[in-house]
Amino acid sequence: MGDLSPVLDGFSVVVEPTNLLYCLIGVVIGMLIGVLPGLGPAATIAILLPLTFGLEPVTSIIMLAGIFYGAQYGGTITSVLLRLPGEASSVVTVFDGHALARQGKAGTALGIAAIGSFVGGTLSILALTLVAPFIAGFALDFGPPEYTALALLGILLVSTISSGSKVKALTAAGIGLLLATVGRDGFTGAERFTFDNLSLADGLDFVPIAMGLFGLGEILHSLEERHRAEKAPAPVANVWPSREDLRKSSGAIGRGSALGFVLGVLPGGGAVLSSLAAYALEKRRSRNPERFGRGAIEGVAAPESANNAAATSSFIPLLSLGIPANATMAVIFGALLIQGVTPGPQLVTEQPELFWGVVNSMYIGNVLLLIMSIPLVGLFVRILRVRAAILAPITVLITLVGAYTVNNSVFDIVLVIVFGVLGYLMKKLGFDPGPLVLAFVLGSLLESSLRRSLLLFDGDPTGFVTRPISGTLLALFLAVALLPALQAWRKRRRKERERVEEAV
Amino acid sequence: MSEPTEDRPAVDEFGEPDRPAAAGTVTNLVTAAVVLALGAAALAGALSLGVGEPASPGAGTWPMLIGGALIALGVVLALRARRTTDAERFNRSGLLVLIAVASMVGYVAVIGSIGFEIPTALLAFVWLRFLGRERLLTSIIGGLAMVAAFYLLFIGALNVSIPHLF
Repeated sequence: MGDLSPVLDGFSVVVEPTNLLYCLIGVVIGMLIGVLPGLGPAATIAILLPLTFGLEPVTSIIMLAGIFYGAQYGGTITSVLLRLPGEASSVVTVFDGHALARQGKAGTALGIAAIGSFVGGTLSILALTLVAPFIAGFALDFGPPEYTALALLGILLVSTISSGSKVKALTAAGIGLLLATVGRDGFTGAERFTFDNLSLADGLDFVPIAMGLFGLGEILHSLEERHRAEKAPAPVANVWPSREDLRKSSGAIGRGSALGFVLGVLPGGGAVLSSLAAYALEKRRSRNPERFGRGAIEGVAAPESANNAAATSSFIPLLSLGIPANATMAVIFGALLIQGVTPGPQLVTEQPELFWGVVNSMYIGNVLLLIMSIPLVGLFVRILRVRAAILAPITVLITLVGAYTVNNSVFDIVLVIVFGVLGYLMKKLGFDPGPLVLAFVLGSLLESSLRRSLLLFDGDPTGFVTRPISGTLLALFLAVALLPALQAWRKRRRKERERVEEAV
Repeated sequence: MSEPTEDRPAVDEFGEPDRPAAAGTVTNLVTAAVVLALGAAALAGALSLGVGEPASPGAGTWPMLIGGALIALGVVLALRARRTTDAERFNRSGLLVLIAVASMVGYVAVIGSIGFEIPTALLAFVWLRFLGRERLLTSIIGGLAMVAAFYLLFIGALNVSIPHLF
């Protein structure tokens, strides 16, 4: 690292009143959508993208980042009180969190979760500060072949780790790549898949796609399953955890933070996977694992620390390599592009105030969230009483009007509706829209890197394998692609052998 | 370490007891066919653009690769159509989605000519009354309140150039 002054300069960016204000707005919105089941952080960030156009790049990313990690705090509240995870990453918190709530210890669970989230988030920012510039420095030597391999690996990892069918996730990614080719070809100037439509000549815009697939798609899908009985939240008493609870969960918080940080860096890892892994780890380590599911405080502390650490560390691949690690990062990637900032290894040296401003704003954001989730938790519990029937039209109207304001074009509203219907159908048919958006974002980078590499190698594809870094990345790519197939094959063979033995 | 998918049923068990039934083989086959058709269209488009040589890739090289991949994925989806259980069956509550989409299509169709106020009020009313099953009075007041709020926010505060009457 060496020079600390850009890191410190980043703090002077953060304490500018505008940036502080938008950091606060971001984390409050994040808390809110975390509390409200339904819209996830990716959808919310997508819907709010148009509002960020008038802002400075650093201000807008500070706000969007706040929404992302704020949602990790908020998602816990509904998990504990209602047994309804507000976010996918709080699913495992349901088991022990709600058990604690039924024993009248909802406050303890929420308090420990907030402290764990704070510790996990803060440790992860510290680690990010050390690791991200190092990775970026390493990646400065990357050429087109390395970027081809990296983008391929990223898309593949996100597709294979995402929930649901892998074939469907890959199909979604393929459609995303195809959508990215629409418009004028940057190399030859040929019009591709524009059907002589002038609005398509410059390619599809990222904003309506993200708003439609994530925002509108989720709203349409939730229309069908709205008729869920309303539950009364469990009462929240003392939120300050006892010294005994803190002592019991400190180890879990530490392990959860470390695990979350590592898994968050991996493409596709992110908050959901790391919370599950942290819970599994605590259960395995425990001397009496039967306590888990019946109100073990570690079962709340570990996943909540892990999902926040992962949410923070998933910024590393985006800010240091320009490769988004998950769907929400893909939307933030899009937001940066719209602001005229290309995320990549040069970001930390060329735009230090943006890089360190965003990173350091997370400290402030986490402090704000800690304040909101311990003393102000009652306020957010009350928001649970707002009916989904009233929120839905508001969200839809913000989406439609917001889409218009991006380019002042009605065509963009049409696109949002088209992609909203597509997003609904995808959810209905078991396709995760995340890989599509991610592949769309990476599509043009992947294509141009591939074509530049081919020109570089004079058409000889073995060039990818002989360069050390791209070769390693491609080997990883193959391992990720083939491992599940190999495992399935071995499983089948073992089953067959057992059947044969049974027959004998 | 477990896969994220493994924990889904655990939540459904107490979170969402009424998960919709799985879609039938026909739905899955249609899905596969759409993916196949998309891949084939991409391939055809790529060929007409000119796929070039490996040493000098053309405008169609990359779409050709994607088209090929989509065709392969479509075939796999079709082969698995019988065993697929992660798609939801389309049922009568899908009508709600149709109403919702129709309301938005209507919104876009008229916003350019009559401004955003009337369509906004109507859309909010339809969503509150028919999709949200709110009471009539709540829906009317809610629709009007939303128009007022949007007017203040987008025209008053943000000065957005959305077509408007006043």
